[in-house]
Amino acid sequence: MKTAKTATQNACKLCNPLGACLAFKGIERCVPFLHGSQGCATYIRRYFIGHFKEPVDIASSNFNEDTAVFGGSHNLKLGLQNVTRQYKPEIIGIATTCLSETIGDDVDMILRGYTCTAGMDQPSPLMIHASTPSYHGSHIDGFHAAMRATVEKLAEGGPKQNLLNLFPNMVSPSDLRHMKEILKDFNIPYVMLPDYSETLDGGPWEEYHRIPKGGTPLNAICKTGRAAGSIEFTSILPAEKSPAGYLDEKFGVPRYQRCLPIGIRQNDELFALLEKLSEAPMPEKYADERRRLVDAYADGHKYVFGKKAIVYGEEDLVIAITGFLREIGIIPVLCASGGKSRLMKKRLAELVPDLDGLGIKVRDGVDFVDIEEEVKTLKPDLLIGNSKGFTMSRKNSIPFIRIGFPIHDRFGGQRLHHLGYRGTQELFDRIVNTIIEYRQNSSPVGYTYM
Amino acid sequence: MDKLEILEGRKQQVYEKTKEAEAFDIKCETTSLSGSVSQRACVFCGSRVVLYPVADALHLVHGPIGCAAYTWDIRGALSSGPELHRLSFSTDLKEMDVIYGGEKKLLASIIELVDQYSPKAAFIYSTCIIGLIGDDIDAVCKKAAKETGIPVLPVHSEGFKGTKKDGYKAACDALMKIVGTGSIEGISKYSINILGEFNLAGEAWIIKDYYEQMGIEVVSTMTGDGRIDDICRSHGASLNIVQCSGSMIRQAKMMEEKYGIPYLRVSYFGIEDMSKALYDVAKHFSDNPAILDAAKKLVSREVSELYPQLLKFRNALSGKKAAIYVGGAFKAFSLIKALASIGVDVVMAGSQTGNSDDYAGLKEMCDEGTVIVDDSNPVELSKFILEKEADLLIGGVKERPIAYKLGVGFCDHNHERKIPLAGFVGMLNFAKEVYQSVMSPVWQFAPRKGGFS
Repeated sequence: MKTAKTATQNACKLCNPLGACLAFKGIERCVPFLHGSQGCATYIRRYFIGHFKEPVDIASSNFNEDTAVFGGSHNLKLGLQNVTRQYKPEIIGIATTCLSETIGDDVDMILRGYTCTAGMDQPSPLMIHASTPSYHGSHIDGFHAAMRATVEKLAEGGPKQNLLNLFPNMVSPSDLRHMKEILKDFNIPYVMLPDYSETLDGGPWEEYHRIPKGGTPLNAICKTGRAAGSIEFTSILPAEKSPAGYLDEKFGVPRYQRCLPIGIRQNDELFALLEKLSEAPMPEKYADERRRLVDAYADGHKYVFGKKAIVYGEEDLVIAITGFLREIGIIPVLCASGGKSRLMKKRLAELVPDLDGLGIKVRDGVDFVDIEEEVKTLKPDLLIGNSKGFTMSRKNSIPFIRIGFPIHDRFGGQRLHHLGYRGTQELFDRIVNTIIEYRQNSSPVGYTYM
Repeated sequence: MDKLEILEGRKQQVYEKTKEAEAFDIKCETTSLSGSVSQRACVFCGSRVVLYPVADALHLVHGPIGCAAYTWDIRGALSSGPELHRLSFSTDLKEMDVIYGGEKKLLASIIELVDQYSPKAAFIYSTCIIGLIGDDIDAVCKKAAKETGIPVLPVHSEGFKGTKKDGYKAACDALMKIVGTGSIEGISKYSINILGEFNLAGEAWIIKDYYEQMGIEVVSTMTGDGRIDDICRSHGASLNIVQCSGSMIRQAKMMEEKYGIPYLRVSYFGIEDMSKALYDVAKHFSDNPAILDAAKKLVSREVSELYPQLLKFRNALSGKKAAIYVGGAFKAFSLIKALASIGVDVVMAGSQTGNSDDYAGLKEMCDEGTVIVDDSNPVELSKFILEKEADLLIGGVKERPIAYKLGVGFCDHNHERKIPLAGFVGMLNFAKEVYQSVMSPVWQFAPRKGGFS
């Protein structure tokens, strides 16, 4: 039996429009709108609901056979009217699908010829269009494309302000809340884009909120062109695809690329940058968190040292986790992603100088069958990644630490915390406990103390 | 908050039963309104739902990655043997494939995957762009079948070519290509196929066991715990019993036309419908009175065991109100009856894919004031739930957060359920689940019960 290589089996990625919808959910009073078949919107809604446990309304232009033959203009316009009528959004975030892209719909041109007649009592919503064909890239590309399109549409120039832009990448609502807390504690006026910390992790409702409250406000996004700088948590996003890259090129807003702040070093770099930009020292609270984390590393070091892990997920997440794992003595024997920026290996080599010496394998564009083959030969002690790795972990009896998106076989995926000293602390605790639990369960003695 | 209005293009798809004998002409079986945030999926979804549980077949999705990624192991359709259906296969088309066509990639994918997994057959699903880029999947399937020696069945499920129902049709058309190709030797005169039962949480096993207890041979279940060989010889059965209003009626009709096999529509939810499903089959085989005797014995044993247990739930739930929003309307009939048996009234009944007969039937069954709705959306659903003061919503994953946000109990009666709700034991599980959700103390903190929002 040979492993089939042409087809993708058990994909380690999702499609481009999903990322765009998630990002659009992080803009205040915005409704994501997929230009394509009804199924795309429904599947993606279902997928988000499994993770976030929140209503996620995504509209669709609902192609039929005529639309595919004669173009999507009519359906798109009708759909925009209906969404406007029913949701009264300030912004409609339109993402294309493989279908509308393949028939060659020129969405920008259709939008130019569109006048909103729905709800004359209110201003017509702003349209943001991101091109996100699912035959190109993966969900993370859609995420960045949506935010790039958003700043291209809304950012305005002008005199520089005491303002920082943060493009946090695809992280959990809990992570987003933590980043806001840090910026607030530094007293830095900021715009974080996107911000779905409330829209996808909010409280109970008395009546249906067609658009849940929260998200980055429109007027804040307009100001991003006048900010003193942009931080983006990525090391693989090229300037021409990055919202921060656009602001840099168009308005001269300096762009600071940083790894997702996971681990002490990556957080030190972030906090140093924040100290520089704010001209203020790190608040004592975070120095305390760092001290506790260093202390915890010491307390837990023996449980984790020399353990072998396989890490998979979006490339930026894999890079950040790898940096963190090297701090605590875990060897990430395989760093894998379904994404394919072609930069992951380079970035990892910069972050982990002895990458080859340690025998760390880096593979992009892989699926879970590829990863499972590696499991068989690398025999890792830990799997670190999203819920998609569960079956692999179960089949091969490997302890499993869930991070990222999607988490659909555990409760509270939307509240998993990865970023900052505090997020790292939570992650470290979970890793140590997973190892201890495994040891305890497989020990004939059943030690009641660590 | 401002008033929720029903979109102009959807007003005919909503009906409220009133005293006045108003003309009942609900609009249904149409494509969803653009921009309405329908709870429906697409043609591909319809096909995938029907064929998914065939556990020894390869299910290859031809298209970009999304369609395969979102349907990877998403249903609780169990298998007693092979579990090939729980894997996800995609040709993962890229830009160059879209430009130059995906036929070569498809053929290579099929041949390699068949080599790796040795499936009994392969279903090849075409997604939205396949027709547009001009791939001839019929020709590729033919070629692949020749090379691999197994049936390679194209499923014409381009997402935009109709509604979910058209996907059911495409799935049945694919199945019909192998029905009739197996040997029917040794099949009993008293035999059935169970159609439209997907073995969620092992429900097909419960149903199959009932029929076997009655002395009936089950030739195939389509498609729960499904096997290609069984489907190939399913034309040897004397009767088809069809559950689920939309998905496999076409299969039954085609088998009737081609092989003269009559069919019965049944439902396995609730005491009344479950018993009827057994009695109707027994009556069909009236030349063998032992079957009816066995059915009577089975029903009386199960009901006498179940009934006292249900009483406790009925006492607690009496007067509670439920809203139902399910895929097929036929299920709603059973749910209304099942809920009545535990004292729960239905204040809203809707479906994604009901037809006019279904809705007329619902209207007959429902009390005054009940809302009947076709192809609804979150805004409408929440409006009806709140207006009608429902204590419970019955639906699927996409409806669940609507209920919970509003402080309303919820019962998942869709593909992801992990506890069987069919059969007599399923009725008890259903009552328990409704009870656990409706009676939970957590709702005291919900804004509609006085908690703050």
